[in-house]
This record gives sequence, structure tokens and C-alpha cells, in this order.
Amino acid sequence: MYTYDEIDRTLVNERVADFRDQVRRRLSGELTEDEFKMLRLQNGVYLQLHAYMFRVAIPYGTLSSKQLRRLAHVARRYDRGYGHFTTRQNIQFNWIKLAELPDALADLAEVGIHSMQTSGNNTRNVTSDQWAGVAPGEIEDPRIWSEILRQYTTLHPEFSFLPRKFKFAITASAHDRAAIKIHDIGLRLHKNEADETGFEVLVGGGLGRTPFIAKTIRPFVHGRDLLSYVEAIMRVYNQYGRRDNIYKARIKILVHELGIEKFATEVEEEWQQMRDGALKLDEEVVEDIRSRFFYPSYEKLPHMPEELRKAARDPKFEAWRTNSVFPHKAQGYAIVTISLKPVGGPPGDATADQMDAIADLADKYSFGEIRVGHEQNLALPHVARRDLPDLWKALDKLGLATPNVNLISDIIACPGLDYCSLANARSIPIAQELTRRFANHDIANLIGRLHINISGCINACGHHHVGHIGILGVEKNGEEVYQITIGGRADEQAELGTLIGPGVKFDEVADVIEDIVEAYLALRARPDELFIDTVKRLGVEPFRERVYATR
Amino acid sequence: MPLVKGGKITDDAFVHVADGAELPAGGSVLVSAARFLENPEALFARSGKVGVTWPNNRDVDDVVPYLDRLGAVALVFPTFRDGRAYSQARLLRERYLYRGELRATGQVLRDQFVFMLRAGFDAFEVKKPADAEAFAQTVRRYSVFYQPTGDGRLTALHRRMQLRHSESAGL
Amino acid sequence: MTSPLEQKKIRIAGPSIVTANRTWDGAVIYRTSGQGWSADLADAAIVRTNDDARALLAESVADDLGAVGAYIAPVEITDGGRIEPGNLRELIRRSGVTIGLPGQRISLPLQV
Repeated sequence: MYTYDEIDRTLVNERVADFRDQVRRRLSGELTEDEFKMLRLQNGVYLQLHAYMFRVAIPYGTLSSKQLRRLAHVARRYDRGYGHFTTRQNIQFNWIKLAELPDALADLAEVGIHSMQTSGNNTRNVTSDQWAGVAPGEIEDPRIWSEILRQYTTLHPEFSFLPRKFKFAITASAHDRAAIKIHDIGLRLHKNEADETGFEVLVGGGLGRTPFIAKTIRPFVHGRDLLSYVEAIMRVYNQYGRRDNIYKARIKILVHELGIEKFATEVEEEWQQMRDGALKLDEEVVEDIRSRFFYPSYEKLPHMPEELRKAARDPKFEAWRTNSVFPHKAQGYAIVTISLKPVGGPPGDATADQMDAIADLADKYSFGEIRVGHEQNLALPHVARRDLPDLWKALDKLGLATPNVNLISDIIACPGLDYCSLANARSIPIAQELTRRFANHDIANLIGRLHINISGCINACGHHHVGHIGILGVEKNGEEVYQITIGGRADEQAELGTLIGPGVKFDEVADVIEDIVEAYLALRARPDELFIDTVKRLGVEPFRERVYATR
Repeated sequence: MPLVKGGKITDDAFVHVADGAELPAGGSVLVSAARFLENPEALFARSGKVGVTWPNNRDVDDVVPYLDRLGAVALVFPTFRDGRAYSQARLLRERYLYRGELRATGQVLRDQFVFMLRAGFDAFEVKKPADAEAFAQTVRRYSVFYQPTGDGRLTALHRRMQLRHSESAGL
Repeated sequence: MTSPLEQKKIRIAGPSIVTANRTWDGAVIYRTSGQGWSADLADAAIVRTNDDARALLAESVADDLGAVGAYIAPVEITDGGRIEPGNLRELIRRSGVTIGLPGQRISLPLQV
């Protein structure tokens, strides 16, 4: 991962001191809540149902074991012993006290962790592929560019009071694990015909009340022009984004109202005037950032070591290996996904003890590095295949080896009405019940890859619009009611799901999902035709019929 | 409302004149963009400087022809959350090379001073006296800046390059 | 449970209270009739008209130092005169999450 230097550390410490003073002025009455609210949001502090919620940034989803241990410490010392990993690769603590926040931030700053701009109308965590740097076939490590963008967007004086929040995501692989098409700016790293590194730039993606898939504004922007081009987009947005209505304030609305061509023209005009200015990145600067990323020295290891051959006789190990272990660019190594979706558990949560244990395992088996995925699972990016059996035994003891990655019980859910003051309905209990219904791994494997996304309100933090099955909680006459969509996807073929019919009550949701699955199993052309492909082939109608026939 | 300029509270050389109100006989005045554009020459003909308060929802293009003759340009933060004036400020300073007084007005609070300075403001109509008094101390809060703006400060990226070069040169 | 953050016009449908979060630690609190706050729902001042609700909210909001995010919430009064949360959101705020916290095997029972 990226190593902070004196300069980076200084900024984080200055920020902590700044916020400590702001908290002091709030608690003394010098600052009203109206004046303080935006300041606390700019440090990731929300007010939720029961308490404040504290959102800590994990830039592009990369953590060192030292950092993960410090997150565990914060969970223990300042919270209730656990944290929640989010759909933007961040971590949230749900019970934090405002008065103790400066201390928590100081503790985090010691290991280079901060919470700058994890909320508020500014630029948020730059997210990326959780397999960055190790995925086979990746063009270049997108985290280099994520870090360049992170620095550029941190405390940017022009863009700290935007009309609304602004999110970036970068991918460098053919299969987009970063969901760039549902971001305000999505960047697809690739090489042009002249073999130069650059980005396809997409704008105006986003979910919520008015979901949009991002549109391409420029098919290729050279790496050296990335920051100036981004600045041009942001300047147009800062000046012309709507400020009269918070539901129409995202850049996706501006792009939609102007049309992508007109928007692109505005950006181009602005960009032509500044593209050769101070933001032009020279090779040296990019190389400096690249040099501060740590890459392990991989040994030359066999693809099928003896330890693995022996362990293959254990069906439990094999079930986990075939599900949670993924190919690595270096021979003899693997990427291991750690499922945070145990049967009956709240998706994406980890206890402080689990975090410490994972940090130890990372030290032992993954060169001290951990990744956070937007699907709310963790990953160990550099595991030698010969270590897989020992790693699995340890994970299994910790309850972190549920072999359900990418399967129906690998659910993405927002915190919902159990925690969130914006929510209309609960999402976690729905997820828990679904994991119980589909706890049988043979059945889950029979169904195959199927992403369920659950949101407890229209703000769509669970990304329900782009779930293969999407579940949206709404409120109707004081009751929790759920609207179900199918056919969404978040990857390079991103698409919004289609509503299958009227909402169903809390107690019926799991039955409805079972009906949808039954319909799929009956209708699929072959056992290996994925749910999402069956929906594409047949449309929503056959599923709608099945679900609503008896309702 | 105290005016901060040059890092401390100072007397305001300008008087805000509302639309429809009579201009004082002499002295520097700040008028609205609408009033200014009605008859800029008449205003420049007075003794005393002319300043214009430019709304944050209007492109600065229309004020650009007058920049070398204006004594001040005031930009507006209707609420501190409305950040359009930051873009206007940077354009005036960095693209149009405006060198006169660039004043922040509206809801100007302590916690935005650093951002405003970096964007090119050099005068501040500060909402709270306590904030005005804390100006000098507040702007020392941050010493690291990642992005280049017209303020000439060395960015982190380039500071690193400097350090690298001095290291490799054995200094 | 439509987020009360969207409350614009104040129109109560029955007995109501004002609730908020305590500024320094975020704990759930209820406005009392003594112009203070209590963490116990039993101490909450009850309003039964729109005007009274508006007044109680205004006085609560004015205590910017003690509380944040004050809003009006419905309650139910039992035959015995006990104050109970009037919707799922307030039930969750008073009792805590409806799911087991990670590491716990027990789930909190939920009666709506």
C-alpha cells in the first residue's frame, strides 16, 4: 500500500487539530449546529438514530495490518466493539461520542488513517478495484491514479462546497469490480493505440431518487491530463449544478438536463484554457507516487503445491477454496476473499477481535495487506497457495470462511432503519433471513452467482438499483414494505433493475425471493446460465407471474 | 461587521451603496453589478475607487473588461455552503490575472478562511468579530496543500520533488 | 417511519413528544415539561395540539447546545398512562437495533 510521508502525515495531523478546535467551539456554544454540521460532515460525522456515526476513509480499499489493528482499537475504545464496511470501501462506527471523536481521530492519524471528506458536499473516497495490483490481466495498478486523485481532491479550496456530494471510482481491468458506471466520475484506465496510458472518462452516474448510468464524456484522456480534465468537469459542476433543490443537485442531473454533448462542450471549453497549466502531471510526479506503493517480492512458487493437493481431500476446504479463492497474477499465489456474510449475521460487519485476527493473518499470509471490497467483504491480496489450507483453518475458527462469495447469501445491504436516520425500513433483518433461507451451500452453488442488494430508503446506499435482485424498503401506512427489482448490474455492463410488481410486506420478502429463485431454476437454459442472463433473455414477465400469481 | 485585510482587522476604505441610494460625494464605493454595468464610466469618473459586488450566479466574463480599473471586486457566499464564489475567485486571479482587492462577503466564517485565501481572496467581511480576531491564528492551521492554485504556494507533489532532488544531490 | 428530517408542516396525529440526540455523545433524549431533556421516555412532555407541538419543538430547537436534530414523534399512551413509542423508528431509537450486534448470539425481540 501507499506509504505516507512526512508531508501526508502533517496534513492529517493538522486536520485533527482543526477538528478538535471545531468540536471544542461546538460544545462551548461558540458554533451553532447549523454552522457546525457541515464541518462535522466534512470529517465523516453523521447524526443517526441512536448516536453519532463515524465514517472513516479507507482510500481505494487498501489497509495495512497495523491500520486494521488501529480500527479494531477504535471499535473497542470508542465504540461497541465492531465496525461496518461500506459499499464505498469505508468503515463506519455506529456509537461514537462527539466529545471523544478528536481523540479517536488522533489515534487513527498515528497510522495514517483519516476521515476527511467521507461526508458533506465535497469529493468523497476515491474507490477502486479491491484486486488492484494483483488481478491477472490488469493494465496498470489503478491505485496509483486513485492516490493522485485522492491528494488532488483533499481539501481542494475550490471544490469543498459543491452543490452535492461527488464520488470517483477507477477500474483497470476488463471486468469492472469498482462499479465506475454508477459514479459521478468513473475512470476506465486503458492504453490507446499508441500504447499510452489514459482514461475513458464517464460522468453522471449515480443512484438514489433518480438513478443514472454514467455516460462517456471523453473516450481517452491522457494520464498527464487527468487532473486538469477533472478540474474542468468539477468547475463546470460547481458553477452550474443546481443548488435550489437537494434532490436535483448531483452532477447526473446537470448532465441529464444539458445533455451529454452540451455538457462535454462546456467542459472542453474550460479544459482547453487550462490543460497546459500547473495541473499537468509529469512523469516524475507519477513515478514518485508509484514508488511509494509497496509491492511484495513474490517467490517462485508452484501452482499446485503438496499442501494444497493433500487438503483437496477435505470437502469443507474444497468448498471454500472453489468459492473464495481467486487467481493471482503471480504464479503460486492467490487472492482470498474473506466473507463478512455469515449465516444470520448483519452483512459487512466485523468485530474488533475479528479485525485483530485478520490483521495477524494478513501479517502471516498476505505481506501485511488487506483489501476492502464495495460488496462489503474483505480480501487478502497476496496469499501463497501452499498457505491456503492453514489460512482456511484459521478463518473457519473465526467465522470468516462462509463459502458464499458472489452467491445469493453474499448480500450487500445498507444499515437501514436499525441505524440510519434517513431510512424508512429495515434492511439488515431482511438480509439475515435471506442468509438463513439460503444457508445450504449446495443450493447456493446450484443457483450460482446472484447479487442481492438491499436499501432501506431511496438514497440507495445498498445500491439496490444495480442488484441482480434489488430490494428497496419503503414506508406505507406505518408499515415496512419492500419493492423488488430484477436485472440490475453494476459492472461494465451496468444496468438499472426493473420493478417486478407492487411492494411486499416485511414477512413476505424472503418468500418472494425464493419464488424468484425457483422461477429462475425452472427457466434457465442451462445450469451455467446465470440468473442475470436468464433475466436478460426472458425479461421480467415470467418472474412477475411466478411471484404475483398467488399474491 | 469587521473587515479583515492583510491578515488583520482594518478600516474599510469602501462604502457599500445600495441600489437606488445616492452615491456619496467622494470616497470609494462598492455597488451592485447591475448598477455598475448601467454606467461604468460615470462611476469611474468620480473621485475615489469603484468596487463591484458580483453575484455568485453570474459568469465573471462581463466584469473582465473592467478589471484593470476596478478598486475591488466583492464576491458573495449567500451561505457558507454555497461555494460558487471559489470558482469565480480562481478564474479572476488565475485566468484573468486580476490583481486588485478580491473581497469575500456574505456568510464568511472562520472555518473557510484558508480555502478563501487559497482561492485568491485577500479581503474578508467577517460575520463574527471573534472570527475576525482569530484570523491570523486560523490561517496558520494548515501548512500542507496538495493542489496548485494561484496563491503560489508549493504543492505537496512539488515539495516532494524538491526534497528528492536535494537528497540525490547529497545536500 | 418517513424520515422526520423531512417534516415541514407540523401536524400531529395524536399524542406526541419531542425527541433529539444529546450533543456531546449523541444519546437519544426526550424533551421534558421542565424545559430540559431526559434519556427516559417516561419523562417526556406530551403535546396534543399542533400549536403545543410547534411551541415545544421551537423551545427544543432553541437549545442548540444541549441537543441536535430535534423533531416531533408520535407516542402511544397505555391504559396505565405509560408512554410507549408510537412507531417502529421510535421503538428502535429507544430499544436499540432489532438485530443482534456482531458477536452476540441473541437477537433483541421486537414487538410492534
